[in-house]
Amino acid sequence: MSILVIAEHDGGALKPATLNAVTAAKEIAGHSDGELHMLVAGEGVDAAAEAAAKVEGVTKVLKADDGAYAHLLAENVAPLLVKLAESYDYLVAPSGTFSKNVMPRVGALLDLQPLTDVVAVESADSFVRPIYAGNALATVKMGDARKLITVRATAFDAAAPEGGSAAIEAVESTGDSGKSSYVGSELTQSERPELTSARVVISGGRGMQNGENFAMLEKIADKLGAAVGASRAAVDAGYVPNDYQVGQTGKVVAPELYIAVGISGAIQHLAGMKDSKVIVAINKDEEAPIFQVADYGLVADLFQAVPELEQELDKAL
Amino acid sequence: MKVLVAIKRVIDAYVKVRVKSDGSGVETQNVKMSMNPFCEIAVEEAVRMKEAGIASEVVVVSCGQQNSQETIRTALAMGADRGILVQSDAELQPLAIAKLLKGVVEKEQPELVLMGKQAVDNDFNQTGQMLSALLDWSQATFASKIEKSDGKLTVTREIDGGLETIEVALPAVVTADLRLNEPRYASLPNIMKAKKKPIDTMSAEDLGVDPSPRLSVVKVSEPPARQGGAKVGSVAELVEKLKNEAKVI
Ligand SMILES: Cc1cc2nc3c(=O)[nH]c(=O)nc-3n(C[C@H](O)[C@H](O)[C@H](O)COP(=O)(O)OP(=O)(O)OC[C@H]3O[C@@H](n4cnc5c(N)ncnc54)[C@H](O)[C@@H]3O)c2cc1C
Ligand SMILES: Nc1ncnc2c1ncn2[C@@H]1O[C@H](COP(=O)(O)O)[C@@H](O)[C@H]1O
Repeated sequence: MSILVIAEHDGGALKPATLNAVTAAKEIAGHSDGELHMLVAGEGVDAAAEAAAKVEGVTKVLKADDGAYAHLLAENVAPLLVKLAESYDYLVAPSGTFSKNVMPRVGALLDLQPLTDVVAVESADSFVRPIYAGNALATVKMGDARKLITVRATAFDAAAPEGGSAAIEAVESTGDSGKSSYVGSELTQSERPELTSARVVISGGRGMQNGENFAMLEKIADKLGAAVGASRAAVDAGYVPNDYQVGQTGKVVAPELYIAVGISGAIQHLAGMKDSKVIVAINKDEEAPIFQVADYGLVADLFQAVPELEQELDKAL
Repeated sequence: MKVLVAIKRVIDAYVKVRVKSDGSGVETQNVKMSMNPFCEIAVEEAVRMKEAGIASEVVVVSCGQQNSQETIRTALAMGADRGILVQSDAELQPLAIAKLLKGVVEKEQPELVLMGKQAVDNDFNQTGQMLSALLDWSQATFASKIEKSDGKLTVTREIDGGLETIEVALPAVVTADLRLNEPRYASLPNIMKAKKKPIDTMSAEDLGVDPSPRLSVVKVSEPPARQGGAKVGSVAELVEKLKNEAKVI
């Protein structure tokens, strides 16, 4: 049995979620005993491939370096995965917009039914995944011989980024499909940690009233080394960019500390953060559902409480 | 341009879903059903394309039990022209649905298929990508903006790092994200009009598709409950507890 982990990277470094996917792959391998390889696809990915080769447990790195993969367009990446899949029993990728875009396409081309958002490995063919915004957990047995899986980074520990010394093997490009092309992107630039791997996350909701007020949360974030997130309502209202959204249809986070400010706690939001270790809620409505999942609820006007929090942190840290 | 929109009937997104005590699934008896929110956004987009003269006809298709007709009627009341029900009592998984939809696409020959990015019951987020692959068409997922020009679409996509814009050649499958538009409510006159719009019915056999599931659900369970609900009286107490009790700062 052999497993190919599909790396997420930015060319130079692996995205943290890749290391969590490696752990999930090792758990699968534990049930089936086999080789663990990693694919790094993109353009100019030498550094990322070298980082992949050092990950503990990875025995070979496949490097697909070509202009056709520069922007990871699904129509170009899927044929590569289809070709490589021949040699593997499992393709495992961290859940995210990249794998969600590509993996089902690979599945359809191979007549396989992939599984999205796995949170636990039960056996070589049975996996647990949340359904209904995390209101239920389904244990699912995959009937297909070859298994395509995306895994929730928050549900698995990160593998050690050092300790491995895998060989790097270049793989041939499958070329450009000509079906789509990249025009441009507006990526959020931030010095703060990535939302999905931050140790602390502070999120704002509709209660923040506007985008400028998020500066209050940023100040707290800077003190705690936190990432800043948001509810859908805050994103829809244009306070912050789309990639801040935490929830069923946004990002799933499980930091050690999650601070929800002016967020009511709709199930779709809870779906993205209720596995956080400690949850703090600041809301002026004591009936807000967020308090039901909060370890420390503070019923207060956020415009008073947040500046006060900043001062108290200064004293305490 | 003819536009096909694939829609799914699901438990309403605001219903508090309950797991059945025997672990066989979730409670569906006497539960409010609605069109999947992302499918509503896809229908709205198609109807707007028609209003803007970009789409010539909007056909909606749903695969599932007879009662999916109600969901199709909702889409017709929003402004779609006609509906197709691919009737099946089997449990349909994304690969099977994609195969059924491919059959419908081959009959209907649309230039664009609009879908939701994800069905909020199973949260798979697969079917659009799979259909695009089976058709060997272009794909643009998680769309928050769609513009048409000669033979192609310019689509802005919501991705993990922010926004990305791509150009896709037609024909294409595009899946809708939350911020593509805000779906309208159907007006009463339009609901009345929708009753007269045609809905064709066909079966998986008619389309030559074997919809057998590849995944089997062994059990469905309740997620571990959180012990929340504790309150603090002041910001100072909060910080003290985070530091000394929870030890997270
Ligand atoms: C298909 C679908 C998918 C969705 N996906 C997501 C998702 O991924 N993520 C997500 O977050 N939502 C999602 N939603 C939306 C979700 O249902 C809620 O509408 C949303 O989470 C509400 O955001 P909110 O809590 O910021 O706003 P509201 O519900 O309006 O809550 C605002 C809160 O702020 C409090 N407040 C106001 N002023 C103050 C103040 N001065 N001080 C203190 N508190 C104050 C209020 O008491 C209130 O509790 C989805 C919905 C659907 C249908
Ligand atoms: N039974 C169905 N009938 C028609 N379209 C569907 C069906 N199931 C899913 N879809 C479409 O596929 C999208 C994504 O669903 P999923 O891959 O299940 O998350 C939905 O938003 C619909 O557009």
